[in-house]
Amino acid sequence: MRDLMAVTARPEVISLAGGLPDTSTFPPNTFADVACRVAAEACAKALQYGPTEGMRETMACIADVMRSEGTHVDVDDMVITSGGQQGIDLVTKTLIDPGDVVVAEAPTYPGAVPTFSSYQADVVQVEMDADGMRMDLLEQTLDRLEADGRRPKFIYTVPTFQNPAGVTMSLERRRRLVDIAHERELLVLEDNPYSLLRYEGESVPSLYSLDGGVYVMYLGTFSKILSPGIRIGWVVAPPPVLEKINQGKQGADLCSSTLSQMMVQAYFEEVRWSDYVDSLRQLYRKRRDTMLDALAEFFPPQAEWTRPGGGLFIWATLPDFIDTTDLLARALRDNVAFVPGEQAYLDGRGRNAMRLNFSNQDEDSIREGIRRIGKVIQEQVALYGTLTGQEQPPPARGSQEALTDSGEGGQVVSFPERRRSAGGS
Amino acid sequence: MSRVAVLKGGKSLERQVSLRSGARVEDALARLGHEVISVDVGSDLVERIGEESPDVAFLALHGPGGEDGTVQELLEILGVPYTGSGVAACIRSMDKVLTKHLLLESGVPTPEFYAFNETAFQGLGAAGALPAMEERLDFPIVVKPASQGSALGVKFARTAADVPGALVAAFSYDTKVLLERYVRGRDLAVSVLEGAALPVVEAVPQEEHFYDFESRYEIGRTTFVCPAQLPERITARAQALAVATYDLLGCYGVARVDVMLEEETSELFVLEANVIPGMTETSLLPQAAEAAGVSFDAYVERMLELAFERAEGSKFAGI
Repeated sequence: MRDLMAVTARPEVISLAGGLPDTSTFPPNTFADVACRVAAEACAKALQYGPTEGMRETMACIADVMRSEGTHVDVDDMVITSGGQQGIDLVTKTLIDPGDVVVAEAPTYPGAVPTFSSYQADVVQVEMDADGMRMDLLEQTLDRLEADGRRPKFIYTVPTFQNPAGVTMSLERRRRLVDIAHERELLVLEDNPYSLLRYEGESVPSLYSLDGGVYVMYLGTFSKILSPGIRIGWVVAPPPVLEKINQGKQGADLCSSTLSQMMVQAYFEEVRWSDYVDSLRQLYRKRRDTMLDALAEFFPPQAEWTRPGGGLFIWATLPDFIDTTDLLARALRDNVAFVPGEQAYLDGRGRNAMRLNFSNQDEDSIREGIRRIGKVIQEQVALYGTLTGQEQPPPARGSQEALTDSGEGGQVVSFPERRRSAGGS
Repeated sequence: MSRVAVLKGGKSLERQVSLRSGARVEDALARLGHEVISVDVGSDLVERIGEESPDVAFLALHGPGGEDGTVQELLEILGVPYTGSGVAACIRSMDKVLTKHLLLESGVPTPEFYAFNETAFQGLGAAGALPAMEERLDFPIVVKPASQGSALGVKFARTAADVPGALVAAFSYDTKVLLERYVRGRDLAVSVLEGAALPVVEAVPQEEHFYDFESRYEIGRTTFVCPAQLPERITARAQALAVATYDLLGCYGVARVDVMLEEETSELFVLEANVIPGMTETSLLPQAAEAAGVSFDAYVERMLELAFERAEGSKFAGI
């Protein structure tokens, strides 16, 4: 599988696979000004080690970002990390002993899968629908675990514009999740890289703000609103957990790049950081719309997909006889790539689903990429029809028109059941 | 000392393994005092070879494109000696269907199979023959693309309902696929070096999942035992079958032959041959060579010598 993903990096491939932001629109002059400023004003400091928990001035920038999404945070509750990914790693390292349970969404962020696996967490995944993780299923799962004498160490969620599914947890469910956390005294890890990339609708309060930082830990990052290359993220957590995270961080890399942190500070002083985010929002909104239009045009009627109100991803579900890992191998012959759904599960589910990224290709490439994937899917649907003797005539496209016309509440989500037929490769 | 172009990477789905094989070969060549030219195979291959004019090419490519005779043909045209099998043997071994027909003709046992291309299903109604095939092969049935080197696209159909999906998957990799009787038993690999069999390697799944075919190919879920703990008679027979396969495919230098030992009957069946076996730290060929007292460096050096020998021979043959 990893070998397959390596091939997606070929230059001729239209990759809808990675979760990469488009860094090509970042103004080079701003970058130059920021870099010059750091060099001229604080050369020695920028080249030196910094405090393990991060620089206070950078934390002030972070507090500013969180305030803009309606979340108030005390900088004393924060550790700056090398990207949000290190935050996931440090929290898992701090809380998980081999065999401990982590509850996550189904599907979950594919990048968290190897992290959870490397600490030998037992990941229990709870189904979602268009309003995010289903709280009834979560409670059933927690009851079942409790009956087995097992207590999850934390619940991992990407509540806003979820990676990979693109769905957003409703306010009602957010409140319920916070209540569950309080009732059962369970920690929740809210991973929130995308909430500022909203293309429509009203913003929803973060779990952290609803909870007030009692049971909810928060992960943030500059990767999607400034640059993934600077590798700056952060964790907000209750003091006892934070202290352990800090110790873990010291062992891992002493501190996150001082240079990067000072670039963030200079950037926040130099320009209005939210202007660039505004420009990204406009760019990505059009790309999302292009992808949704292309899906409606080129994917067969048997396919379904989510309609995200923000973020970077659309999750598409195909007929269950299609294995998207194999489909990727076929699609790569036509120089197009996506992330096979099974990478978002730890239990073999997701084999007929795929994650599609719309932030890192221009509109023409998105359209062409979806056209190519659609063609390959159509071929496989036709072949399956031939093999089973059930030719599948293309029905009217009405169902999908409804998808693109509906608001966020009208997202059609169909998360796959455990596959009953042949196994994977 | 020679100027050696190590051909690796390429567009194949086995690119990563190939890069690891290539890197290891390069290290060995450097230790042996050769000049190494590292070539990640792409559209500039002919140009690169022309510019660099190496004395010899060491092929560390896996899968279609590198193992199917294409690169070999190009190197023949460019007049650059290369390691391993020639064009014809590559074609015969890359196509599992062709391999199996040749095995059958020579009386080398291989699991019963049926092979089809997409045209057969789309234009000739081959789907109508699936029940008859399924009855003859009996479930479970292994469905695989004809020309994929790794386990990619290999599916395990437990019932008739699984077969169409498995075929769709296999057709993702190739226009030709085969349905093969599943031989339940032990997975053996016999590497053949210069026509002589090396010690047998057994791939042992860590947890025995009945019918869990895929897990056998997953790293970490399989351990390798070399030499395999087998009765002497079985070892000798496996090695003889491997050498017979190597000979009848016309391999040169090296090949790894995959063999199944059926639990119920103690019969051996040849599945396929790989003319450019993996050469990573965990690959089977280097383990087998090591067990036979051939170090990796010695293996690499010998492959170069053989490449030069064949080139010399073909010069005379051309007169």
